[in-house]
Amino acid sequence: MIRIEHVTHAYGDRVVVDDVSLDLREHRIGLIGANGSGKSTLARMVNGLIVPDTGRVLVDGLDTRDHVKEIRRRVGFVFPDADTQIIMPTVAEDVRIGLRDSGLSRDEIEARVDEALARHGLLEHRDHPAHLLSSGQKQMLALASVLVTEPQILVCDEPTTLLDLRNVRIITETLRTLPQQVILLTHHLDTLSGFDRVLVMDAGKIVFDGAPEDAVAYYVALMEQRP
Amino acid sequence: MNTVGLYVPGTSLPYRIPAGVKLLALLGTVTVLVVLADPWVSLGAVLAVVLLYILWGLAAHLWHAFRPVLLFLVAIAVFHAVFTDVHTAVRVCSQLTAVILLAGLVTRTTPVSAMLDLFTRLARPLQHVGVRPERVGLVLALTIRCIPMVAEAWRASREAYVARGLRGGAHRMVVPVIVNLIRSAEALGLALSARGLD
Ligand SMILES: Nc1ncnc2c1ncn2[C@@H]1O[C@H](COP(=O)(O)OP(=O)(O)OP(=O)(O)O)[C@@H](O)[C@H]1O
Ligand SMILES: [Mg+2]
Repeated sequence: MIRIEHVTHAYGDRVVVDDVSLDLREHRIGLIGANGSGKSTLARMVNGLIVPDTGRVLVDGLDTRDHVKEIRRRVGFVFPDADTQIIMPTVAEDVRIGLRDSGLSRDEIEARVDEALARHGLLEHRDHPAHLLSSGQKQMLALASVLVTEPQILVCDEPTTLLDLRNVRIITETLRTLPQQVILLTHHLDTLSGFDRVLVMDAGKIVFDGAPEDAVAYYVALMEQRP
Repeated sequence: MNTVGLYVPGTSLPYRIPAGVKLLALLGTVTVLVVLADPWVSLGAVLAVVLLYILWGLAAHLWHAFRPVLLFLVAIAVFHAVFTDVHTAVRVCSQLTAVILLAGLVTRTTPVSAMLDLFTRLARPLQHVGVRPERVGLVLALTIRCIPMVAEAWRASREAYVARGLRGGAHRMVVPVIVNLIRSAEALGLALSARGLD
């Protein structure tokens, strides 16, 4: 359960998130909007990567300002470019590092790593250098590495932007079947069908909030008005 | 650029020797070769290491381990042959060859994670002066991780440069490569934070 209360954020004197208030409790939530509309900034606030200038963000009642460690444990985050979020040299190591402070035994950790790799189709690449994977596999690895720690919420900032159609479908399908609450930022509008709620952002404000088809129609119309 | 791809998965004897023992053996060999300083001993060591590669089914990797230093060795050999004597040329080159091949054998049979674990354990005494051992492991891992990142930044800039029909002037790529690296480093830092590893 995410609560965003009158949140504002500016870079310098440029306001990018402008007095946004939201209660996010649906299982799958989409966030769309033009480039620069403030989506990433808002999403980053959900796991405390950015702290709002005014207002507050609560995850399960915890303020992101005061409980960064706990918030990061609850909220997983996936970035557009998998290359920059893979931090260990090999595939298995990148998944394993997230469990470093889990208190699990060595064997339990290995079992969890293998399970996560298998679930994301990466088991055969276990000991391969991560940077040699394909872009789609890298994004799957990024997902596996985040999900292995079992966050309750997953925020995905354009996880499919750099991928081909086939990999867009694989990632989308994976996100669809997750038990976690998922917040997906995307420019691939068709990946939002079946979502419980889609928000449209424009110039730092939430300008539409509703069912996916309506939200996409609203967004398309909004973009067509632009010169 | 396959710098971190050196490890060759396997299960034969050298894979089962702990990383620490292998590093000690490497250190011991270097010490013996340097202390004895004998061309015959060094040549014998080269032969022994080559036999180990063959015995452990890694013969195909011999050339790969040797190639990067070949030019370097030739230069050293020529230098010593001209300015010192052939005896020294043979000794220095065979010493270097033996050590490089043996180091190659260690890296090919030891997963990076085992190596990092070892360094993390070695750093443990530093706990008392405020160093966090798992930090040492993470920093080393990130360093290794950044090698392909630098290579990729260089490749991407080079490609964009060539695609625009420009040629030569490698110095002009320094700025885009650095910009690229700073962006990657920023994103990597953000990812570390997001994953609660900072
Ligand atoms: N670190 C920063 N410093 C200064 N300005 C920034 C920074 N990050 C983002 N901005 C600016 O804030 C605005 C909103 O950026 P944000 O990344 O949130 O948009 P977005 O909706 O995610 O866009 P996109 O679809 O392009 O990802 C943009 O105009 C951007 O240039
Ligand atoms: Mg964005």
